[in-house]
Amino acid sequence: MAEFRLPANSIVKPGKTHQAKAGANNIKKFRVYRYDPDSGENPSVDTYEVDMDTCGPMVLDALLKIKDEMDSTLSFRRSCREGICGSCAMNIDGSNTLACTRAIDDIDGDVNVYPLPHQPIIKDLVSDLSNFYAQYSSVEPWMKTDTATPPDQERLQSVEDRKKLDGLYECILCACCSTSCPSYWWNGDRYLGPAALLNAYRWIIDSRDEATGERLDQLEDPFKLYRCHTIMNCTSACPKGLNPAQAIGEIKKLMVERRV
Amino acid sequence: MNGLRTPLSLVKGLGAAKTGTGHWWMQRVTALALIPLALWFCFSVAALPGSDYATVKAWLGSPFVVTVLILTVIATFYHAQLGLQVVIEDYISGHGMRLAAILLVNFLCMIFATVAIVSLLKISLGA
Repeated sequence: MAEFRLPANSIVKPGKTHQAKAGANNIKKFRVYRYDPDSGENPSVDTYEVDMDTCGPMVLDALLKIKDEMDSTLSFRRSCREGICGSCAMNIDGSNTLACTRAIDDIDGDVNVYPLPHQPIIKDLVSDLSNFYAQYSSVEPWMKTDTATPPDQERLQSVEDRKKLDGLYECILCACCSTSCPSYWWNGDRYLGPAALLNAYRWIIDSRDEATGERLDQLEDPFKLYRCHTIMNCTSACPKGLNPAQAIGEIKKLMVERRV
Repeated sequence: MNGLRTPLSLVKGLGAAKTGTGHWWMQRVTALALIPLALWFCFSVAALPGSDYATVKAWLGSPFVVTVLILTVIATFYHAQLGLQVVIEDYISGHGMRLAAILLVNFLCMIFATVAIVSLLKISLGA
């Protein structure tokens, strides 16, 4: 059955409170999920009182300040701090997004910070995305051709055909979309999820690719593709403003087109 | 535990089933068919209260009426079977349970549809 009852070790307990230094008078509370599977302890939610007068504007700035000044045991991924690498994807204020592009001022009240939903936790906000990356790999995201590369030039593509890749190639594989999808939560072992399917479509629609039919064959499956019921959590979660739900819809249309 | 298998091997699993589009497409086709059929059915039944048995029997005696009613029954139960199968695939993850539930739904929809059609014909053709 779907996991309606959570495993015993996922019951979240109240955690520690880390107070701001005396004299701070512009405090914002960050309630952050903490879990160390190696410790044998249940997860907890720690509260950090962050002095906003000495903190940058984004949620990632606050997390870095917490790690630098308040609690060095907090684990999270981050790299580019400008929405390009996708490392700091997490669940902030109830929705999946990038900590580096989410402004603290836009969040009313305390800031709840959790890891991406329904993925195994390595520690704190660091989730195990091995399955997610393998799904991306399984759609073979590279150009496949039988025609040899022209010896004296690149493979040409018209301006119109290149435009079809806009809104697809920008995906940074942060996993915000896939981990916001209930179908992915319940059947993530077989459903490829919005990120992998958007990238599959990016190659299906590429005019230079010669494996379109094989790519569709690989998706023709009740679970790999058709677990999508178009509830569009993926589209509202995407921090890059892409539309995976539409890409999946286009794949379904091509599936019908080649049989009628 | 599948600890020694690579994530890619687990994701590829048994490969694509090479089916699914037919199911998805027929769900849309039956939904489309049910728009006029269900509207017609609702308006027709809404006009019936107060009628006596003979009137209803005469109404069902019309070849048009009984034909459209049978089409409604077929589209309804076909659509229900397809939709319930999707719900089962979403929420029941054990292979045995999933197969058993899908079989149960298939059989029940087939039985209900057949009973409805036989009943309609029996009344229509004047039992």
